[in-house]
Amino acid sequence: MRKIYLSVLALYLSILASHAQPVQPPVKDTSNYEMRKLKVDEINFVSAYYHQNGNNSAVTGGIGSEKLTDFANTIDLQLSKYNRAGRKNTLLFELGVDHYTSASSDKIDPYSVSSASSQDTRIYPSLNWTQSNENTGNSFGFTGSASHEFDYQSFGAGFNLTRLSHDKNTQFDFKLQAFLDKWKVILPVELRPAGYGSGSNRDGRNPVDHKPRNSFSASFSLSQVVTQRMQVLLVAEPSYQKGLLATDYQRVYFNGDFATGAGPNNDIFNERIEKLPGGRYKLPVAVRLNYFLDDRFIIRTFYRYYTDSWGIRAHTAEIEVPVKITPFISVSPFYRYSTQKGTKYFAPYGQHSVTDEYYTSDYDLSTLHSNFVGSGIRLAPPDGVFGIPHLNALELRFGHYMRSTGLNSNIVTLNLKIK
Amino acid sequence: MNIRKYITIPSIAIGMACTLFSCSTVKPYQKNRLNDSEMELSARKTQKFEQNFQLYREGASGANGGKSGGGCGCN
Repeated sequence: MRKIYLSVLALYLSILASHAQPVQPPVKDTSNYEMRKLKVDEINFVSAYYHQNGNNSAVTGGIGSEKLTDFANTIDLQLSKYNRAGRKNTLLFELGVDHYTSASSDKIDPYSVSSASSQDTRIYPSLNWTQSNENTGNSFGFTGSASHEFDYQSFGAGFNLTRLSHDKNTQFDFKLQAFLDKWKVILPVELRPAGYGSGSNRDGRNPVDHKPRNSFSASFSLSQVVTQRMQVLLVAEPSYQKGLLATDYQRVYFNGDFATGAGPNNDIFNERIEKLPGGRYKLPVAVRLNYFLDDRFIIRTFYRYYTDSWGIRAHTAEIEVPVKITPFISVSPFYRYSTQKGTKYFAPYGQHSVTDEYYTSDYDLSTLHSNFVGSGIRLAPPDGVFGIPHLNALELRFGHYMRSTGLNSNIVTLNLKIK
Repeated sequence: MNIRKYITIPSIAIGMACTLFSCSTVKPYQKNRLNDSEMELSARKTQKFEQNFQLYREGASGANGGKSGGGCGCN
């Protein structure tokens, strides 16, 4: 783990160092020659620390600690090169590394010192190639991605297409994505059949199942310049998931005993692993509207309506008001409100009926509302942040999240942009 | 409830259509405000991980520039 972080840090510092060379005054080029060498357009380093706490862990049937911390980092590198026909080829490489610790995952096997999923690292590289015609603004491209966790592997592929109107005030974007995932089926210790493994690498003798989870989505978006101060974006992103959509190490406790009909208790006779349908259609539709109020204030708004085949309906609204303290420093307070009607398959601890076909006690899928409030600060001076010429922008953002179920969390994110 | 739904959704659609069709042609040299980095019609890079945890902690996802499924052990 430490090696991975040191490698990412070394890569980042070497890129930063390569950009920190003394800048030579450029030689003025009066010809029409276009640079055909591969050049670095932009590098972004994003790092976040997230901490949450609550008392409705799905691993223990809707009760118990939801304490979790996540340290997430990505570095993306954008390179471009013009071909002989004058088309711009852009390569965007991204590498992400997340490390989390979870109190609830540790309860998969509470009798062990620490179970397989009490902490995990996810590594996810991706590569996008896009070819664009800068005269028309039209472009198309392809993406390949992978993700690796201890119990989860994913391979993704995507296609993107952009069409721009002649006056460049209307833009249409289309995106197709597919993720082919495979999940190692880890079961709660007391519900494992005889001979079924724990999933741990140390338990090589007893095998575990692997099941697929595939996701397919299409995204249609239309952005429009409305006035010299206002622009709007409409997005629809239907998607379909198929395979193991339940989390098989999450417990559900019923209001009766399967064998005797006795009331809820911590006995395995009224306990099952979570069961959810093997397919899920989702339809989110969103609008984004930005308004340049005056030289000091900008208003950024977002609204989304969401519906899916599990019966979840949600409304999410967000407003952010960047305030320009100077032309190069802005402070951006924001507020997000979300409300959702939960899935019909949800019931709290001990309240599911033994006749239910599908069941979950995962509060993420329950009826709830949430508030997320915070602020960001962005520095982008023309001579570089802290006088470092290639450090184009620095953005720091903090948010506090409060969910009506009692879960609270904090997140702090840093973005360094090198150009 | 149903009547409200049948009124609200078409009203929003009509409102959005009116906004789009009433827009004036803006010339490239008039776009200095629209080209401001704070005016970008996408989520900020610093929102990437916020959208990730919201994807885990809420049932809704997608259409916000974040993930809509796949690539991690989440619904």
